[in-house]
Amino acid sequence: MLLSRKLTDNISSKWMVTCLTFCLLLPLAIGTGLVFKSTPLLSEHRLSELVFSKDWFPSDNRFGFWSFIVSSVWVTVLSLIISIPLCLLSAIYLTQYAPKWFLKFMRPVIDILAGIPSVVYGVWGLLIVVPLVGDKIAPFFGKESLGYSLLAGAIVLAVMSIPYILNMLLEVFRQMPVELGEASLALGATKWETIKHSFLRKGSTGIISAFGLGFSKALGETIAVLMVVGNVVQIPKSMFDSGYTLPGLIANNYGEMMSIPSYDSALMFGALLLFVIIVIINVIFRYIIYKSEAL
Amino acid sequence: MSTQIETLLKSNLTTTVVHNNIPVVEIDKVNVYSKGHHILKNVSTIIPKNKITVLLGPSGCGKTTLLKCLNRLTDLYPDLKVSGSIRIDGDNIFDAHKDITAIRQKMGLLLQRPYPLPMSIYDNIAYGLKLKGIRNKKIISAKVEKHLKEVALWDEVKDRLKTSAQRLSIGQQQRLCLARGLAVEPEIILADEPSSALDPISSRVIEEEFIKLKSGYTIILVTHILRQAKRLADNVIFMYYGEIIESGPAQQVFENPQSEILKEYLRVGH
Ligand SMILES: Nc1ncnc2c1ncn2[C@@H]1O[C@H](COP(=O)(O)OP(=O)(O)OP(=O)(O)O)[C@@H](O)[C@H]1O
Ligand SMILES: [Mg+2]
Repeated sequence: MLLSRKLTDNISSKWMVTCLTFCLLLPLAIGTGLVFKSTPLLSEHRLSELVFSKDWFPSDNRFGFWSFIVSSVWVTVLSLIISIPLCLLSAIYLTQYAPKWFLKFMRPVIDILAGIPSVVYGVWGLLIVVPLVGDKIAPFFGKESLGYSLLAGAIVLAVMSIPYILNMLLEVFRQMPVELGEASLALGATKWETIKHSFLRKGSTGIISAFGLGFSKALGETIAVLMVVGNVVQIPKSMFDSGYTLPGLIANNYGEMMSIPSYDSALMFGALLLFVIIVIINVIFRYIIYKSEAL
Repeated sequence: MSTQIETLLKSNLTTTVVHNNIPVVEIDKVNVYSKGHHILKNVSTIIPKNKITVLLGPSGCGKTTLLKCLNRLTDLYPDLKVSGSIRIDGDNIFDAHKDITAIRQKMGLLLQRPYPLPMSIYDNIAYGLKLKGIRNKKIISAKVEKHLKEVALWDEVKDRLKTSAQRLSIGQQQRLCLARGLAVEPEIILADEPSSALDPISSRVIEEEFIKLKSGYTIILVTHILRQAKRLADNVIFMYYGEIIESGPAQQVFENPQSEILKEYLRVGH
């Protein structure tokens, strides 16, 4: 009896270590694979040129990724600017002000939103968001736009990432200890002051993680963005211009134009860039979390 | 019940004559329900000024709930239905037009377990001051120092005021929470078993604090430690299953308990 329990204990802990190792090795493996695949390109071009040049002429063997990087980051940041306040306020409202049944009712709604395939969001973006940006929002700001724009991409992305970010934020606020609320209110804070000064600080780690995950997810989103950003290789001058994101570049062109040498390798380098950006962003978010935990 | 209130009122009248103390808190027919469960049953009592009133009673009898009624922290629990009136300096705190934040600032609260706000030691005390609208850094710093000294914590933390309050020991945290409560200059201190999580020495520090504070504050203290109650109490309220069974001056209650339950409680508690 004792032996078998010990054995189970042993096996299960080994099994967990194996799973964990796998999880840790996977990104490493992907990273190495990408580096390996992009070496042909890297051996021909200087890294700084690949990253910072905006000249994208594959048939001339010129591969500058700067436009794609700028578009990707721009769309992602813009989408977070839209989704962060929405999610934060919704999470606060749902957990602190709304009646309990409402939160219970919203949970499955949020889960359904999360489960909708991104193509569907893309179609919705094409039919609703693109015309909205082209005909209403851009003229409102005195700009001209076809509608296929970074802003359209950002709106679609924001809507897509809301369920993810919101779910995480709901957990953060639901786990807020009652004693903290009591302590703050007892000192004469209003409910809003308590949320603003105590809850947000107490939950800062979770909140920042939620946004970090939202960022990574938004940066990597492909289809829905690809359908609405216009896919024009250029450095966008405003959010009403078209752009071309890194995931869009890869998805649109992988397996095509094999006649151009290094093209395949260039796409892999694009994937590597995406990977590196995500790593950098995660490191930055970790650092912010570390700083906020120090207090 | 009514005779109890009468005797209570009488006893209070006599103390009024002797010590010239007006009641600060008048609790009148307070009932608390939670989904059909009757937590506080027609609780009426008077809490005299500048005295330590000790709330005694077995676990679950409603002591914490009564404290939470006093500064309306019951608002936090939508399940709780509160009725009756509680007058503090004559104002009914359940009055809808009353500014609840101002009422709460009349009271400092110490919880069973200390709960520092998730910020630095300094900011824990500055928090209430800033809520009061005090912005001047010099005034805030001076008050932080004053109240930390008041609870004998200053020397231990003066070199790390900007570090997280959560890293203090539990005893230090409890004193910080007391200082934080005192900083908003309350009239009343509500303390819910403030030394239950503390070692004997730290809890002595808190006790001594209370005795010192008595001249300036009205203190309502919940405790399970009978000896602590005897050391501190001027006035005792004994509760059982949501009701006030007996109350009055400490000496009278401890030396001449009327009800069987209280006699039993005092006997077992020894
Ligand atoms: N928010 C609440 N919702 C429902 N019931 C509650 C709530 N708070 C307290 N109660 C109930 O009210 C009763 C009194 O609880 P209370 O915490 O006031 O007891 P207490 O006298 O402080 O006990 P202890 O000495 O153990 O701290 C208990 O039966 C408890 O279950
Ligand atoms: Mg209690």
